[in-house]
Amino acid sequence: MTVKTEAPPVPAAMVRPPTDTKKQSWTGLWFVLPFVAFYALFLVWPTFLGLYYSFTDKSLTGRAASWIGLDNWFEAFGDERAWNALWNTAEFTLYSTPPLVVLSIVFALLVNRARRIGWFLRMAFFAPFVVPVSVVTMIWIWIYQPDGGLLNHYLELLGLQNADTNQIWVQGEGGVAMWSVVITTVWWTLGFNFLLYLAALQTIDPSVYEASSIDGANWWQQLWRITLPLLNRTTAMVIVLQLIASLRIFDQMYIMTGGGPNRESEVAIHYIYIAGFEGFRIGYASALSYVLFVLILIISIFQFRLFSRKED
Amino acid sequence: MTAVQERSTAAEAGRPTAVRRRRLFKWRGKKPSVGAVIVYIAAGLLGVFWLLPLVWAVSTSLKSETEASLGQDIHWIPREWSIEGYKVLFERGDHLTWMLNSTVVSTIVTVLTLVLCTLAAYGFSRFDFPGKNIVFGSIIAGLMVPGQALIIPLFDLVNALHMGGTYWGLALPQVVAPVMVFILKRFFDGIPRDYEEAAKLDGAGHFRILWNVILPVSGPIMAAVGIFTFIGSWNNFLWPMLIATDPSMMTLPVGLQAVAGGYGLFYAQTMASAVLGAAPLLIVFLVFQKRIVEGVAGVGLK
Repeated sequence: MTVKTEAPPVPAAMVRPPTDTKKQSWTGLWFVLPFVAFYALFLVWPTFLGLYYSFTDKSLTGRAASWIGLDNWFEAFGDERAWNALWNTAEFTLYSTPPLVVLSIVFALLVNRARRIGWFLRMAFFAPFVVPVSVVTMIWIWIYQPDGGLLNHYLELLGLQNADTNQIWVQGEGGVAMWSVVITTVWWTLGFNFLLYLAALQTIDPSVYEASSIDGANWWQQLWRITLPLLNRTTAMVIVLQLIASLRIFDQMYIMTGGGPNRESEVAIHYIYIAGFEGFRIGYASALSYVLFVLILIISIFQFRLFSRKED
Repeated sequence: MTAVQERSTAAEAGRPTAVRRRRLFKWRGKKPSVGAVIVYIAAGLLGVFWLLPLVWAVSTSLKSETEASLGQDIHWIPREWSIEGYKVLFERGDHLTWMLNSTVVSTIVTVLTLVLCTLAAYGFSRFDFPGKNIVFGSIIAGLMVPGQALIIPLFDLVNALHMGGTYWGLALPQVVAPVMVFILKRFFDGIPRDYEEAAKLDGAGHFRILWNVILPVSGPIMAAVGIFTFIGSWNNFLWPMLIATDPSMMTLPVGLQAVAGGYGLFYAQTMASAVLGAAPLLIVFLVFQKRIVEGVAGVGLK
């Protein structure tokens, strides 16, 4: 720092692009304006509109809304069904995040070692990610069929299940429904995390491994002392992205279990949907949305800090 | 044996380490170690295993309804190949409508996202204007707003704008992607300004510079942003489900879901519609595989 201050100061105009005249400086605004207009209309405005609605009894039926203060919020915090939905969301996040992180590391490590069939593996692991959710659920409901489905058939064949008592999966009680959706989700979305890890692995300089081999490190030590520490930042990013994605779970859960059995798999967005579009209570659904919103916001702040750290 | 030994000792006398290393390397190249073989077999099996659900869907779709039905034993290769399931779907024609709707909506979303985000990113990257930091800061804050939590007011807004059940109502709310502005700006920031200065001296305007100088070197990142926007929009479910209640306006994922229950016990038909639903993007993916893989790397790491 001291060295720098001693150097003669460079005029700012020489470093930055010419932005001398007033006219030029407004030009930039015209470039960003179209996006900002969209952004204001479809993101900023609904954000505040939703907050406003949460203090009203606005209804989907179109009758005039009136201000009811914190009533929706009090109701939300006392609503057992809302807590249940929030808990189920947390449960799904808790179950789905570890396999989606750990398995994607394992897959990426494998592919990084088996480079000659890398094209095939990348294709195999990432292909499900581009399949629409309704197709994914169609296929998995078919696989999960209790009587004569693919999964039960092989479980019986392996002697893990009695042929007379078929396991019910997507409507299975005691968390089975939730786990069925977790497995489907892992199969469907793992490819993205996998590619992030694969890309990170391929930036590691091979000479690091050569050096440690000469020092007598085996692959296990290399994995724990070199590879995983070098992947730390990728892991942090993948975990945060995954948490946010998992907290927003709706599509596959809604289609596969419909929230059942006994609301065991009814998640937050599903309940928001029910309150708003089936119960017609826009005001109350907005308050519920904001609870989820704040939760995701907290995690997003970590994400934002990760992003901005990279800027340095 | 002795001859070989003699030769190797003779060579070692000359340049011992170099020769030994080269021989070791060659041996490795020809005959992979046991560990490598295990890794290849494990990885290959895992890859095949991961594709099984898709293979099972294709297999079921190519059976006759009786052969596909639940009472039958599990077999992967149809005993009697049949495209009955596909025929029924094509006769009904819904799929083509939904595919067309999805194509229109995803194309609008992708084109608008690319245009708006590129202009905005260029503006933020190359200009100073009053309020720039506030505007950019608020867009960065938008990174943290989860879209799904906004569906209620957004639905209300789109209906108030009389866009409910239209392509615009389906597409426009999906266009706002602060993360794409952020990614593109970061990329534009890294492009050296020398070329632009030269172009400016030649009298080129800002749009010219963007078009002729910036965009030609931004191919891969634009492709990544475009492909991901397209995939995201094509597979979007919740928003189109809320907006497109009329079957003629449904996108592919919503339409498939709407009729999924209606197939009842026609599993060959169900799986045929699954295969048709998966096919367009799978083909796009296979064609652009390299771009997509690089895109994830670029978006994730840079």
